[in-house]
Amino acid sequence: MTDSIYTENLCKNYGSVKAIDNLNLSVPDGEIFGFLGPNGAGKTTTIRVLTTLTHPTSGHVSVGGYNVKYESDAVKKVIGVVQQHLSLDRDLTVRENMEFHARIQHLNSFKRKQRIAELLEYVELTEYADKMVDTLSGGMKKKAAIVCSLIHEPKLLFLDEPTVGLDAQARRRLWDFVRRLNKDGTTIFLTTHYIEEAEVLCDRVGIMHHGQLINVDTPANLREKVGSIVVETLVGNKETHYQFFVNRDAANHYVKGLPSDVKTVIIRESNLEDVFIEQTGEKVGDQ
Amino acid sequence: MMNIFSDIYSVFWLDLRNMQRHWKATIATSLVLPLLYLVAFGYGLGRGIDVDGFSYLAFVIPGIVALTAFSTSFNGASSKLQVDKMFYKSFDELLMSPVSSYAIIIGKALIGVVRGGISAIAIYLAGLALAPTLLVNTQVTLLFLLLMLLSCFVFALFGVMVALLISSHHGMSNFSTLVILPMTFLCGTFFSLNQLPSIAKVVLYFLPLTHSANLLRSTMLCLPFPWLSFAGLLIFGAIFFAGCLFALKKSSV
Ligand SMILES: Nc1ncnc2c1ncn2[C@@H]1O[C@H](COP(=O)(O)OP(=O)(O)OP(=O)(O)O)[C@@H](O)[C@H]1O
Ligand SMILES: [Mg+2]
Repeated sequence: MTDSIYTENLCKNYGSVKAIDNLNLSVPDGEIFGFLGPNGAGKTTTIRVLTTLTHPTSGHVSVGGYNVKYESDAVKKVIGVVQQHLSLDRDLTVRENMEFHARIQHLNSFKRKQRIAELLEYVELTEYADKMVDTLSGGMKKKAAIVCSLIHEPKLLFLDEPTVGLDAQARRRLWDFVRRLNKDGTTIFLTTHYIEEAEVLCDRVGIMHHGQLINVDTPANLREKVGSIVVETLVGNKETHYQFFVNRDAANHYVKGLPSDVKTVIIRESNLEDVFIEQTGEKVGDQ
Repeated sequence: MMNIFSDIYSVFWLDLRNMQRHWKATIATSLVLPLLYLVAFGYGLGRGIDVDGFSYLAFVIPGIVALTAFSTSFNGASSKLQVDKMFYKSFDELLMSPVSSYAIIIGKALIGVVRGGISAIAIYLAGLALAPTLLVNTQVTLLFLLLMLLSCFVFALFGVMVALLISSHHGMSNFSTLVILPMTFLCGTFFSLNQLPSIAKVVLYFLPLTHSANLLRSTMLCLPFPWLSFAGLLIFGAIFFAGCLFALKKSSV
């Protein structure tokens, strides 16, 4: 098993801002890896470095087995990227956008037609193929952007906040799609600030905060690390207080011993958000 | 080697498709100003005036063709690129593809050449309609068109370079008003550089449009071929191309 993504002491500074602060990361082939972090954590910057758009300030980066600095052309051939913001040409149709991507990825005209038809079918966009991108709904635009990035059958797909702005149903359909792609052999690197997305979709999650990778593990292990049961208590109208326990018995025991002025008490299973709050002292929040 | 040509075409293809959607409005808007210049300065003001031994109309027509080639090629190459780069981020898609920097630069310049070329030819034809005697023979006409396209290419590279270097919409419109607009008036388009003090002349020789106007005018009026301006235009082309390469390098920092 090789690493699709490997970074060693990766740093990226913008002036005095440390957008990426000493990142050490390896993502093996075949994984769905999620980067979880609040606004400004450095998620997009990391993707830009991994996809050759931005040069790192220091450190080593390899993607698909190639050095990003010295073999960027080889890297570009094995990656597909869906940017955070819609980067299609809005005055063209879905099909034209796909054709453009196919051309710049050096597909011949036979292969272009074949891949475009195949992918449109795959995401059920065939009947919208000749509509202007601007006239599509948000979810369809996202799908169109994804199929453009898949045109050359990349081994590694980067998705920067792929489900922002999608309704619950569209989000779930996109998750299924990502899983399907992953089953067919594509390694996925995605960023999100939706806890649920990281939890149900990703094999492993990295928690990013102020440019630093705070923790990397499977969602279950991350939860276990902080404690699988959490007790939320509210004293007066002050801040909510969180306390973590390995099991319900321990939590119940703690609740019995609470003083009587504690009004609200919630006992529940912990989630990645709790992990995040516990480790950073902040909420992920998508404000 | 084949790859670079097909890559150039791929980059160009996208802009061409875009232009096909809006070509009527695009061309019409680029013709308004030069046609007004032609009518106001050439036909209106200029009747009865002689410059450098030619009627002012004959003198000003190649100048207006040059300024049309200049402003339309510059805007044609820079305006959409600027928006794609800053606003839609769709230019990043090209940067993440295996297409080389050379192909990106030339491909992006070509749409400027097409738009500038079409508008300049339209103005050329309008000029000939006003002054039919300017049509000498096929050889001169062909040379004129070739030099005009070369000018368009140099100015389109200029547009690509500026769009890549300037990273705000404000900056772009300031550049247009502070640099592009004065250039269209000053670079020997409406008046002869011989009328200026020599210090001004020297300054104007450091602007690309001066050489383009000089080349087009000398060709159209069958004056001796200005090799210095030809070299000047080529040098500007090389400088702009290098500037584009530099800007692409800088954009990934
Ligand atoms: N081109 C740039 N110039 C200067 N600073 C930048 C640039 N790009 C990013 N930054 C800074 O780097 C930090 C990380 O930004 P980044 O876009 O990577 O965050 P993010 O995790 O993707 O956030 P979001 O969830 O809002 O997309 C921020 O402080 C941002 O201001
Ligand atoms: Mg981001």
